[in-house]
This record gives sequence, structure tokens and C-alpha cells, in this order.
Amino acid sequence: MESKRYKRVRRAAGIASLLSVAVTVILGLWVTPPDVVQGQLVRLIYVHPPVAWVAYLAYGVTSIASILYLWKRTRNLRWDLLAVSSAEVGVIFTGLTLITGSIWGRPAWGVWWTWDARLTTTALLFVLYLGYLALRRVPADSHQRAVRSAIAGLIAFIDVPIVHQSVVWWRTLHQGATVLNPSLSPKIHGEMATTLLIGFISFTFVYIWMLMQRYQIADLEQRVLDVELEQLIKERRNEPGVGSSQIESTEDVDNADQPSKV
Amino acid sequence: MWRDALLVAGKDLRIELRSRITINQILPFAFIVLIVFAFALDTSPDTLKEVAPGLFWLAVLFSSILGVDRAVAIERNDSAGEGLLVYGVDPGGIFLGKAASVFVQLFLLEIVLILGMVVLYGPKIGGWLLIVLSAVFATLGISAAGVLYSQLASGSKAKQTLLPLLLVPVASPVLLAATKSWQDAFAGTSSLGDPWLRLLIVFAVVYLALGSVFYSSILEG
Repeated sequence: MESKRYKRVRRAAGIASLLSVAVTVILGLWVTPPDVVQGQLVRLIYVHPPVAWVAYLAYGVTSIASILYLWKRTRNLRWDLLAVSSAEVGVIFTGLTLITGSIWGRPAWGVWWTWDARLTTTALLFVLYLGYLALRRVPADSHQRAVRSAIAGLIAFIDVPIVHQSVVWWRTLHQGATVLNPSLSPKIHGEMATTLLIGFISFTFVYIWMLMQRYQIADLEQRVLDVELEQLIKERRNEPGVGSSQIESTEDVDNADQPSKV
Repeated sequence: MWRDALLVAGKDLRIELRSRITINQILPFAFIVLIVFAFALDTSPDTLKEVAPGLFWLAVLFSSILGVDRAVAIERNDSAGEGLLVYGVDPGGIFLGKAASVFVQLFLLEIVLILGMVVLYGPKIGGWLLIVLSAVFATLGISAAGVLYSQLASGSKAKQTLLPLLLVPVASPVLLAATKSWQDAFAGTSSLGDPWLRLLIVFAVVYLALGSVFYSSILEG
């Protein structure tokens, strides 16, 4: 069962995200002025970079959880559940990054999509982690699935810099980073910077809340599976003429449909 | 580990020699890919010349999906894969051996395919050293990543549909880098300091290392 403390923290994260998103909306739509160059379009800056940040944060959490599962000393199925929960939230936010970027790109650059380095990397990232989630849908026992998806998650994360570097060489058109530019002096000022910062915080809260919610669901699913399995084993044990030894082997059912040509 | 790798590679290549799947099925498939690309792009000679390297590597990537799938599938008959483990063959060796066998098959396929590309698309080819080196490292990278992902996806009924989804985005830097370095070579601006070649080397080394380390967990997990 969900512990009381977990529930409280999750509630708090939910309330914090509601409030902070509301503040971001008010500041972003009404309080801050339009930009000199971009006009009203600049308001997307309070959404688009924070959403992209959450996507990277989510993948970072997935990778750390994957490492913790693969490392035998810290091996625990909970890390696996955390990894998948975070990856799912990450995929949603990568999708949102692509959509908000596209909405911004249409008026700013005149096209919905352009073959710029960051856009292409993000699109590939989206597909990479969709693949990770698809791999998780493959039926397997929970330990096997956890090991495989942890490795896949880790490889995907290692692949990101390689993909990024290759695409950067290929093409570059996206504007440079606004806040984390090399000189580390933010290029925006005053209330716009504050709003952007609040945007980052609010979307991080949203991430934490969604992650906890998703983790809870994953945990419950796992429990349901365990209970069902126990029930099935019990039923079979009670059938006449079946010993407990016969039930334990779960053969790989896939072998049957392979052509044997060799 | 290295001896095991050689043994596994030899075994896989012998199986290929006897079953001739790559020669009879995968190679013709790669050829038909080259031909249908011309349908899609129309036969204006200039376009085809320009995009020839990209189409070539796409054909190789598609063929590699079939190749790595097969490399892993042959261990599933009669639980041959478990047999190897029981014999005490090093899992890292199994990985390297399988990658080597796929590498040899893909490389031979590329040699035939490059002739096809020259005949069908008619690009002017130069800079042979860069061409060969990029092909070697690109193929190594594709084979390593391919065998690793194929094993990850194995044991599932959805494997045939899952593998391309996993492999293509991961291998996309190889596709890009190999295409670009070949374009450099064709354009005559080739040098061995080509950044794309370096990227191919990094990719191949990273995936060979990852595979050797993780393969045992995948097999046993």
C-alpha cells in the first residue's frame, strides 16, 4: 500500500505544480512585456525551454535508476519502476518540446520544421525513448525485463551525445542557449528572467508530481500481477494430480515459431 | 574472450556458408532497395549521383537489420544460445564473435553493392582510402549496435517490428557520418583527418565496448 508520507509528498507536489503553473501563466501572459524583436511570440519562452529541461531531467533520472538497478548492490525492482515512470514522463515532455518548438518556429522562422541540429536531435531522442518504452512492453519476467530495459535506457542515454554531435556538424540554425550560454550571463533581464525561472520551477514540480503518480501506478500494476500469479499457482496446486514442481518452469514460448533451418 | 570470439564468428560464418541466407536473400534485397530509390527520386542523373552515398548507406542499414536479426535468431533454435553458455563460452566473446560475423557478411555485401551503385547511379568515385576506412568503421558500428539491440529485443514475439524501431535511431549517426565522409571522398576533399571518420571510429569503439560489457547481463538476465 502507498505509505502516508508518499501520499502527502505527492499531494504537496500536485498543489505546488498547480500554483506555480498558475503563477507562470499570469506572469507570462499578462505581466511581462512583449519582446522588442519577437513581440508576443516571446511568451513561448516561458514554456518551451522549461518543457525541454524536464525532458532531459526525466531521461537523466531514468539513466540513474537504470544504473542503480544494474549495479548488483543496489538492485531493487523499485529502480526499474522509477526508470519506466520517468521515461514515460520524459517522452511526453519531449513530444511537448517538439510541439511547442514547432508552434514557435512557424512564425519565427517561417516553417513548422527545419533540419536544425537541436530539432533533429530532439526528434531522434523522442524515437529512441519510444523504442525503450516499446521494449518494455515485451512480455518477460520482471527481472529479465528490468535488466534489458535498464541496459537499453543506458545505451540510449550514451547515444544522445553522439547523435547530438553528428547532427551539430550536419546543421546548425537554432539560436544559442539563452541562459546557459558559455559566458553564463543570461541574455534576458528583469521580470522576463524571473518568469522564466518560475517557469522552470513550475514544470519541475509538474514533473515530480507526474513521476510520483506514474510510479504509484507502476507499483500497483506490479502488485496486481503478483497477486494474480499467486492466485493462479494456488488454483493449480489445488487441482487433482498436479504437484508443485511442475508449475515452476516458465519456458520461453517464442522458441516455437522460429523456423529451424540450420 | 578473443579465442571464443573467433570460434563463434567461425561457427556463424560456416552456418551462413551452408544456408546462404545473406547471399540469397539479403543481398538481392539490398539491390532492390537501390533500384526502388531510383523510382522515388526519378532518374535524373545528377540527383542520383549526388545522393548516391546516402542511398547506399540506407540500403546497408536496412540490410543490416535483417542480418543482425538472423545472427541472433540462429542461437534460438534448440536453445543453442544456452548451450554456448553451458559450454563456458565467454558472453563477451559471443558478442564479439557475432558482431565479427555480421561485419564480414555486411562488408562483403557492401563490396558487391558498391558495384551496383556505380552502375546504377554513376557517381564519380575517388578517395579510396577514406572510402574503405569509413566503410570498415561504419560497418563495425552497425554490426556491434545491431547485435546488441537484436539480443535485447530477442525472446519477444514483436521482435521483427521492434528491432528497426530500436536500431535505426541509434544507428542514425553512423548513417549520417558514413554518408558525409563518402561525399567528402567523392568530392575529392578527402583527408584521413575527416571529422566524420573520427565519429565513426568513436561510435564503433563505444558500441563494441558496451556490447562486451553488457552482453552477459542480457544473456543471463
